[in-house]
Amino acid sequence: MLIKTVDLWKTYTVGTETIHAVQGVSVEIEKGEYVAIMGPSGSGKSTLMNLIGCLDSPTRGEYHLNGRRVSAMSDDELAYIRNKEIGFVFQTFNLLPRASALHNVELPLIYNGTSSGERIRKAKEALKTVDLEDRMTHRPNELSGGQRQRVALARALVNNPALILADEPTGNLDTATGAEIMELFGRLHREGNTIIIVTHERDIAIYADRIFYLRDGKVEKEEDVRHIKNSGN
Amino acid sequence: MRLSGFTESLLIAFGTFRTHKMRSFLTILGVLIGVACIIGMVSIIKGLDKSMAGQIESLGSNVIYVSKFKPGIQMGRRSEEERNRKGITFEDAVAVRENCPAVEAVSPQNYYHRPGGNYAKYRNIEVTRPSFFGTIPDYEVVNNSFVVEGRFITDADVKFRAYVCILGYDVAKTLFENLDPVGKKILVNGDRFTVVGVMEKKEELLGSGHANNFVLIPYDTFTKIHPEEKELALAVKARSPELIPAAIDQITELLRRRRGVPYDKPDDFAVFTQENLMDMYKQLTGIIYLAMIVISSIGLLVGGVGVMNIMLVSVTERTREIGIRKAIGAKRKDILWQFLIEASSLSGIGGVLGIILGLLFAQLVALVSPLPAAVPLLWVLIGFGFSVGVALIFGIYPAYRASKLNPIECLHYE
Repeated sequence: MLIKTVDLWKTYTVGTETIHAVQGVSVEIEKGEYVAIMGPSGSGKSTLMNLIGCLDSPTRGEYHLNGRRVSAMSDDELAYIRNKEIGFVFQTFNLLPRASALHNVELPLIYNGTSSGERIRKAKEALKTVDLEDRMTHRPNELSGGQRQRVALARALVNNPALILADEPTGNLDTATGAEIMELFGRLHREGNTIIIVTHERDIAIYADRIFYLRDGKVEKEEDVRHIKNSGN
Repeated sequence: MRLSGFTESLLIAFGTFRTHKMRSFLTILGVLIGVACIIGMVSIIKGLDKSMAGQIESLGSNVIYVSKFKPGIQMGRRSEEERNRKGITFEDAVAVRENCPAVEAVSPQNYYHRPGGNYAKYRNIEVTRPSFFGTIPDYEVVNNSFVVEGRFITDADVKFRAYVCILGYDVAKTLFENLDPVGKKILVNGDRFTVVGVMEKKEELLGSGHANNFVLIPYDTFTKIHPEEKELALAVKARSPELIPAAIDQITELLRRRRGVPYDKPDDFAVFTQENLMDMYKQLTGIIYLAMIVISSIGLLVGGVGVMNIMLVSVTERTREIGIRKAIGAKRKDILWQFLIEASSLSGIGGVLGIILGLLFAQLVALVSPLPAAVPLLWVLIGFGFSVGVALIFGIYPAYRASKLNPIECLHYE
């Protein structure tokens, strides 16, 4: 079991109001799965993604990632887990604007002390995986949206993480480019990566094998959508 | 901290300077001025050391000196009274020896300062800026300094105006190295002299290198070459060290009478010992050091606040970047170091510019005043160290704030 959450809660206090963003979520995700988390805005899917991505700690409940109990870890331990186990892909790409594509991809390796030569080798390899080996020296503002998202994907892949976590990865892309990116996710899944996509669009969610529907901080239902893909969508 | 993170931080820092040239420059201005102050002041003090300490050092200990002015560095014009002073004469020297009971011996010393500095030359080897003076055989006893090779000048040398000379220890070493200097002919300011003796090595009190850098010739030979030099310095030996104060009183009394100074006017000449001058000199440099510390502390403080301010701006501007870095695994200390290194390299550049400015200032001072410029490497390093240190102290708070930011909030920061 790669991911196991047990009765996960996240509660915020905004002024005097208490918001229960995530209310007792228990999910299990196996290694190699391709899962989508779907829900309207305010359903708590971003909060759940932050928890699964180890960017935040739960108020209550347990979270096990790759055999480690991460729900009780300190900030620096979480930073280590994020670096080693998780590759993030964001809606707004979140690349460093002044750094080249290659340097952006190298970044996670810098924070785990990989030597410079090894870093460049791995970063080039990751860029090759996303078909961007000819754009390595370009800065983000010299790349198209689709290319930027592929750089972000290469950055997510470079450390061989246990999990790729994508938050609305096609949200800032046109339909055709979005479809290309989703094809790329599909290919990475077939190559053995575990992928979780957070989205509010069903068209995107059905690229996955399994969809968790989130509403009001709870998992409302779970759907296996493999048959839709196999039926030649 | 890991090396890869360090070089990464340096690259980020230099990237920031490139994109914000003006802002970075204004930030480091305070540090720049502080460091320039340190370097400028130190160079002035070291310059003082070189020229003034040199003058003090060429004097002997336990010797009383008499001259028209106190030695030192003359800044600006002398007062009217000073400009009208009469020189000390050979007759004054004779009178002091004959009329002051506490005085054992007097050695008049008449100096020549060639514009551009004296030189002594043997074949193609040259000694620059030796002091050059005429004196009498009593010099040895008065200064308690004796020849180690050859002989000293004699009464006959003086009487017959012989072209012979005695070399200071360093001059002999430089010109002749392993050769025997005695009997060799050298050129001093263009005149040919036969070396008859070499003086023993005198102790250097302040390390100026002046104590052993001189050429002395017979008194009358000197007045023949330089009849225009009528102002003497007298070196006087008291009968015993305990009698030095008495001797100073007697000399002062005698010279006031001979020069006709009214009883209510101050001396129009100077009687002093090396010890007096040393005290005065140390006081002076002490004041300069204090001024330097005050001015440069203010500069560095202002610089530090500037660095802190701009780093806080930088942290806010780059909130999103901090979020990205944290999301992909940067720990608190990685972020902390990134901003600390950025602050200190920014400030370090200020330090380097300050050092350059300080050195230029020193050169300028050397150009328009009699102070030679000299900046020891140690102080250059100290100046640089200060600039980086200030950034580390004032950069801690912004860097700490950056390191504590929440990655989720940072990622949504616009």
